Amino acid sequence: MPIAMPNLIPVMPELVMTGVAIILLMAELVIKRKETLGFLSLISVGLISYLLLGSAGTTFGGMFVSDGYSTFFKLIFMANLVLTVLISPKYLQTMRINFGEYYALTLFATLGMMLMASAADIIVLYLGLELMALSTYVLAGFIRYDMKSNEAAIKYLLLGAFASAILLYGTSLIYGLTGTTNLRDIAVYITHNGLAKNPLLMVSMIFFAVAFSFKIAAVPFHMWAPDAYEGAPTPITAFMSVGPKAAGFAVLGRVFLVAFGSVKTDWSVILIPIAVLTMAIGNILALSQTNIKRMLAYSSIAHAGYMLLGIIAGTPAGISSVLNYMFIYAFMNIGAFAIVIMLRTEGFAGEDISDYEGLGKTHPTAAALMLVFMFSLTGIPPMAGFMGKFYLFMSAINAGYTWIVIVAVLFSAISAYFYLRIVMLMYMKEPKEVIQLNTSPGIGLALAVTVSAVILIGILPAKVLALAQQAVTSF
Amino acid sequence: MNSYALIPFLPLAAFVINILFGRKYLKENAHWVSILAVAGSWVLAVMALVDVLGGNTINFDLYTWMLSGGFKVSVGFLIDQLTVVMLIVVTTCSTLIHIYSVGYMHGDSGYYRFFAYLSLFTFSMLMLVMANNFLQLYFGWEGVGLCSYFLIGYYFNKKSASDAGKKAFIVNRFGDFGFGLGIFVVFLTFGTVYYEPVFSQAGGLAEATFNFLGYDVHLMTLIALLLFCGSVGKSAQIPLHVWLPDAMEGPTPVSALIHAATMVTAGVFLVARCSPIFSLSETALMVVALTGAITSLFAATIGLVQNDLKRIIAYSTVSQLGYMFLACGVGAYTAGIFHLYTHAFFKALLFLCAGSVMHAMGGELDIQKMGNLKKYMPVTYMTMLIASFSISGIPGLAGFFSKDEILWMAYAGESPVGKFVWAIGTLVAFLTAFYSFRLIFLTFHGKFRGTHDQEHHLHESPKSMTIPLMLLCVGAVAAGWVGIPALIGEKIGVHNYIAEFMKPVLGHPEGHGTHAEEMVVMLISIAVGLAGIGLAYFMYILRPELPARLAQQLSAVYRVLFNKYYVDELYSFIIVRPAIWIAKNVLIGITDARIIEAVVNGVPSAIAAFSSGLRKIQTGLMQHYATIMATGILIIVAIMLLR
Repeated sequence: MPIAMPNLIPVMPELVMTGVAIILLMAELVIKRKETLGFLSLISVGLISYLLLGSAGTTFGGMFVSDGYSTFFKLIFMANLVLTVLISPKYLQTMRINFGEYYALTLFATLGMMLMASAADIIVLYLGLELMALSTYVLAGFIRYDMKSNEAAIKYLLLGAFASAILLYGTSLIYGLTGTTNLRDIAVYITHNGLAKNPLLMVSMIFFAVAFSFKIAAVPFHMWAPDAYEGAPTPITAFMSVGPKAAGFAVLGRVFLVAFGSVKTDWSVILIPIAVLTMAIGNILALSQTNIKRMLAYSSIAHAGYMLLGIIAGTPAGISSVLNYMFIYAFMNIGAFAIVIMLRTEGFAGEDISDYEGLGKTHPTAAALMLVFMFSLTGIPPMAGFMGKFYLFMSAINAGYTWIVIVAVLFSAISAYFYLRIVMLMYMKEPKEVIQLNTSPGIGLALAVTVSAVILIGILPAKVLALAQQAVTSF
Repeated sequence: MNSYALIPFLPLAAFVINILFGRKYLKENAHWVSILAVAGSWVLAVMALVDVLGGNTINFDLYTWMLSGGFKVSVGFLIDQLTVVMLIVVTTCSTLIHIYSVGYMHGDSGYYRFFAYLSLFTFSMLMLVMANNFLQLYFGWEGVGLCSYFLIGYYFNKKSASDAGKKAFIVNRFGDFGFGLGIFVVFLTFGTVYYEPVFSQAGGLAEATFNFLGYDVHLMTLIALLLFCGSVGKSAQIPLHVWLPDAMEGPTPVSALIHAATMVTAGVFLVARCSPIFSLSETALMVVALTGAITSLFAATIGLVQNDLKRIIAYSTVSQLGYMFLACGVGAYTAGIFHLYTHAFFKALLFLCAGSVMHAMGGELDIQKMGNLKKYMPVTYMTMLIASFSISGIPGLAGFFSKDEILWMAYAGESPVGKFVWAIGTLVAFLTAFYSFRLIFLTFHGKFRGTHDQEHHLHESPKSMTIPLMLLCVGAVAAGWVGIPALIGEKIGVHNYIAEFMKPVLGHPEGHGTHAEEMVVMLISIAVGLAGIGLAYFMYILRPELPARLAQQLSAVYRVLFNKYYVDELYSFIIVRPAIWIAKNVLIGITDARIIEAVVNGVPSAIAAFSSGLRKIQTGLMQHYATIMATGILIIVAIMLLR
């Protein structure tokens, strides 16, 4: 049987990324200045982004699809990667973990996310998910001499394996039911054979929901997140809080809307309690945290809850508002982590919330930036976070889920307490001790980009939203 | 993108640059950024004027900030006849006052801050006048209010200044509350906040009523009066006029720009902009006319006896704003806007002259301690004299034409209260001439009554201050020539250009009187103006001992006027003190301590307690985590399959 050469255009960005990652891994042996590797990966991101824009198409027998939806998510991954690389070098030096494989691993993790976003088949989805997850486990434990970092990695690994097993269980059930792993074929089979009320389909959907909930850190499958976020190197915490979450939403959206689109009323019932619990637990537990990384971990759990509203709405407006929010969230969250990184100096963790006391007096610029990110995370106009929340809630209301939106707004009000507490400490308390900031041009650039994005999208939200709306027309 | 969108955004850019880099880098060069920006806006405004004169009106949305069903929040600009007049007024005055401030604020420690605020103000004011929807109007409206607060309290170390800033802000809350409600009612009624659909549909709803607690309220009257609440606050009309005289605590260029030429006229602009709504309600128009007339008389009488240089001009401003409302209230919106436009020039000039005098007198404001300044400050004297002639309605000068237009429209128009407000307007014209020249004679004529030290320092102000004075003086003389009434215009072959120009937006009611009547009305207004000046000359130059004697003989009247009809005391008695009493005893004592604290502290501490309880689930032990996940799955499966 002759084997036809598959069309490689749609998958070209991923191929380039694989190549770059492997080259970086080998170059690590000869390059002494590890920042050069970071610089190389930034260049490759430029090339890959360029390739992304011309990559539309389906290939590998319909297993891999590059459409507006996947491209939008991949651009978020690119932004996530660039910002992470920018905020990393100084931190790695400070922590004496400046090893070259760091950059290769972030590239591999991003490659996994890209595969997930493009997966039109559950097998590809699983491959991408594992590539992302395995790379991230290693990155979480990157501070080898630190017990907490090791603990983070081990917990993440074991629980992640548990989640993967559940995903595979769900996959096997669906394969048993429909005889295929292709998302479109599953959808066709379900409608043609009247599987809508089949209990096995329900169980399989529950397993998918659980596995993806684990990736986006939704309650009660979030338990790994606070420990992993706290223990991991801070740039990796920033990376994990955006990338895997975005990838999780990418597959959640595609699997549930493409494969299970016809039984939407059934799966939205699964997701509603998860969303409500996620908003509740995330926001309430963030209140009593004293460590800023843990606080931001719970905050990122809560944000996953908000974004679930868009998936539950299930309308094009709902999905596009998730994309829109994810894009905004990437910038505001990494921006906040960049400030956390700046407070870290040799011998001073700077991770206590009380360390922010009086920052407005000692470092007015850093404090002003943190204020912007905190306002945006709270959802105060004119910051981008407000626009993101507005469209999410609006889409849920229009889809008839008013009561969930009321719950979301209430929890969002609670969240103001822990975000604005940071602002209060920065501006209304006297500095306890003089805190040195660990700045670098990379962090400066990352902060400039994130703060501009947060303010600009807040004032001019139409562009990103239009892109997100365009992206969801593809399925 | 339409380049006119830059008109407001140039000053915004200047603000951002100054506030970010002013303190460290620009320092005493901060004015360059602001002046270049506002001058750029002026050039574009002139281009817009030419464009509109050529018959184009421009209405476009720059971008949409938020869209939700029928509710659209956009930044959009409407440039029509009314807008360009405001644009010219705002950018011209703003440019000249920016330049003047270079000399006036020289050496001030917050130099960059001053120019930053001035730019922010210009931005907000331009957003206000250029808006094509009510929300943006409201944005600009609050923006100018905020800048006014910043600038009144610019010398925030001085308690009276920061108090005055607070007073302006709080008093305006009352008006803006109504204004905000007005916009809500507009949205409820029309389903949009855009001018164009609102005004075109308003006619169809002329008779609509709205049932409120069992009463049928005429809808257009309701909307018009609610919007007018905002005007009353912003334009310092009775009963919310109390903030404007105190606002004189701000630096003098601020008084000239914000509290004379531009911001305070926003209320008049609002009424004119919403003329399609106001015209549908006779009641609302009558309220506007009477409020204007009464305020103008009230403020003019207070102005007669004040001794503070800037406060006299401030009361004069309140009085002249009343005049503009009077015009709008009788349906002569064009006359109101025409007066707004001429007033901007001569009133800004009066304030800047006052600033020049203060500069020479080392901050002294009491005109009883001045005198004979014309010897030392010839330019200030001449320009202020011309401005005073203009405000007194001396024929040929700007103020004459606009004032005459208002009086004639009031006399000959259709308004049921027209004749009454005409009579008040004429009386006010007399009082205006009198107090304006009282100020001139006491300040510039007679003997110098200040200290020896002050006399020694008297000097004319620097060029950066006197040149704007002379330029504004040209406006105070010639600005009115675009609105020469037909009565005179026919003889010298010119039209009433402004009336024709504004007709498409504001209409132009024809007077119902004869030419002879018009001539009589004009002569009366000239006569009262001259009489006012004459009386002032008699009392302050020929018989300077007379005022003191008069004040003694009519001491009751004098005291009432001198104490501004005790309005501040009245408000303190009926509003401020009860409010503070309620705040202390009810709000702090009961509501705050018992109810709010219980809720505000109780809920969070309950949540916090719950939170720390919940936190214990996060044991850190792997096996617990896995158990919770597994339990979660089982519960979901159980619920889903058993439901």
